[in-house]
Amino acid sequence: MTVEIRYFAWVRERVGTEAETLDLPEGTRTVSDLLSWLKSRDERYAYAFEDTSTIRVALDQEHSEHDQPIGNAREIAIFPPMTGG
Amino acid sequence: MSGPVTPKVLIQAEDFNTAEEAAALSAGREDVGALVTFTGLCRDENGRLSALELEHYPGMAEAEIGRIADEACKRWPLTGLTVIHRFGRISPGGNIVLVAAASSHRRAAFEAADYLMDFLKTRAPFWKKEHLKERNEGSWVEAKSVDDEATKRWTTG
Repeated sequence: MTVEIRYFAWVRERVGTEAETLDLPEGTRTVSDLLSWLKSRDERYAYAFEDTSTIRVALDQEHSEHDQPIGNAREIAIFPPMTGG
Repeated sequence: MSGPVTPKVLIQAEDFNTAEEAAALSAGREDVGALVTFTGLCRDENGRLSALELEHYPGMAEAEIGRIADEACKRWPLTGLTVIHRFGRISPGGNIVLVAAASSHRRAAFEAADYLMDFLKTRAPFWKKEHLKERNEGSWVEAKSVDDEATKRWTTG
């Protein structure tokens, strides 16, 4: 499955890119599976996702939980807790 | 009233005029009895801060704030609601966010504005980076658990 992944704030800085198109490996079912796979890619990702409890994910621009299935989401955004307002 | 109103939501780099936005919510109508405006500004952190840089997620910022504003319009009998959130570089003293809620009675206007701000803080996809006068490299503002706790107040159950 091919998805567009977008990164924001310090997640973006640590990964080193704003967005990328990736082919997810077979068996990537949930948000949590995705984060584990990204973490294993290289040391930049490992650093960005060292503590996944501080990571928030949106599927097609809607907040999601880590145990949520990715389903047919086309755009997956990964970012730290929000600090707007 | 005939169902919830449609809120006005703007995500923009440009400044906004609080007085004009507030006036627009009561202009030409006689049913508005209460108008609450909240403006969030960039503070200088005792003179240490040179600017805040607000990063946002275009598309989702509009969508998420729209969802929060729609929920507020369903929850309280508002006659109008305006939410404006800025992004980009903002200097101390500058406006960051505006929530203006109008209703026939004060309780609904106060509560809706409070609700909006709690949810904007914890769910709107914006991230603040502080640029200090002393250092070149900025640092990301950390989310506060007190904001999460404040948001939970609104969950009935």
